[in-house]
Amino acid sequence: MQLSDKEYQQMTKKASPNSPVLLDCTKAFLVGGFLCALGEVIFQLVQRAGLSEQDARLTVSVSLIFLAVVLTGFQVFDNIAKHAGAGTLVPITGFANSVVAPAIEFKAEGYVLGLGAKMFIIAGPVLVYGITAATLYGIIYWIMQMI
Amino acid sequence: MPERRGEYTVSLSNRPTVLSYAAVGGKKEGQGPLGKQFDAIFEDTHLGEKTWEKAESALQKESLTRALDKAGLSPSQLQYLFAGDLLNQNIASTFGLREMNVPLIGQFGACSTMGQTMAMAAIFVDSGAADLCGAVTSSHFCTAERQFRYPLEYGGQRPPTSQWTATASGAVVVGRAARGVRVSDVCIGRVQDMGVTDMNNMGSAMAPAAADTLAHFFADTETKPNDYDMIATGDLGLVGARLCRELMEQKGYTLGDNYTDCGLLLFDRDTQDVHAGGSGCGCSASVLCAHLLPMLQRGELRNLLFCPTGALMSPTSSQQGESIPGICHALLLESCP
Repeated sequence: MQLSDKEYQQMTKKASPNSPVLLDCTKAFLVGGFLCALGEVIFQLVQRAGLSEQDARLTVSVSLIFLAVVLTGFQVFDNIAKHAGAGTLVPITGFANSVVAPAIEFKAEGYVLGLGAKMFIIAGPVLVYGITAATLYGIIYWIMQMI
Repeated sequence: MPERRGEYTVSLSNRPTVLSYAAVGGKKEGQGPLGKQFDAIFEDTHLGEKTWEKAESALQKESLTRALDKAGLSPSQLQYLFAGDLLNQNIASTFGLREMNVPLIGQFGACSTMGQTMAMAAIFVDSGAADLCGAVTSSHFCTAERQFRYPLEYGGQRPPTSQWTATASGAVVVGRAARGVRVSDVCIGRVQDMGVTDMNNMGSAMAPAAADTLAHFFADTETKPNDYDMIATGDLGLVGARLCRELMEQKGYTLGDNYTDCGLLLFDRDTQDVHAGGSGCGCSASVLCAHLLPMLQRGELRNLLFCPTGALMSPTSSQQGESIPGICHALLLESCP
């Protein structure tokens, strides 16, 4: 009997254990929620200390990036992210980690061709398409204003 | 002399013998069920080296040196060395073994490399081309991750079907002897591809190759799965081993309790967070050298069908959307006390 690729695909699907979606989502929700709450706490505190709203928002981003970078450097971030999934990936923490992790990893190949060249190996596409989308949005917004 | 038997099998009538063997591993492998059976466990997975690649090279050098020491041999007595690993251009092997000064034949068969190198060593000895050959392979979790997946500290999630690359190396020295573990038959496998593209489900990509080689081996030798004390496939892991059983059933062979998989033996899946099991050239190599060969030597197993499997993709082929071809080689090892 000759098995077709499609039949084999179905066999594979049946033999493969599924991800525990409910548990994964709960953990992502809790960790992601905690990070957002932490951001809000920082926002309130620095505003109370006298920063303007705009500066306070910037401080939140910078603080969370700093936290993610430090945790990545101490090899803790991946152990949290393993459980948190999108909870750490979606907030700015995931972006920071995706830049720092390759920077640490590829330092062995030198500061130019290793660290420098490969630092954005994961975040690069996000930047390229993020900036492209922002530019397009800007142009559309500009045209809309003119009409 | 090597003699063809059936379509793909080669019988080695001079019965080349495993003179010695050694397995070394990293910390996680040491914590696994076979931890105590390794010749050496390195708590520092850097092995004191500056890069992960150098660490993997050191693993290979270490396992081969230990295997040679056990047989009371020096590297210069080896006539050929067959070695391979997962890294581009086989650098773990060539860099690790360059000081050995032994004629080297680099091999690539992904995680099936231990089967390939050992088969070549046995055929060379059997044919009279050499009296003494070495076969060694390795893998390192950290070199494999950076080459095939993400940087180590990247916060990603692994699906339950993914496997954990072993940080380990296994080496065997093959020569001629009256007693010991003999390599009786070798069956070189064909590349099989059932269209699996998921890099996180390599067991399913390799299972058709394992079933193909096993079925050919049984047909060529006119034997059944029950004729063997143990059948151990390479690193199919949980998913691949399930599929291998099913595919064999479809081919008319029932794999019984004597069937196992090296990827399921190396780690404890329940406590070691390796998901579907172990993988990498060092997985089947170290399971063979730490666990299976000693069982054969002690006579606990009379024979073993050792069938390491490999997934033959590269990061480039995967990014280009290609499916993952698999391969499997079978070696019949027999205990001759």
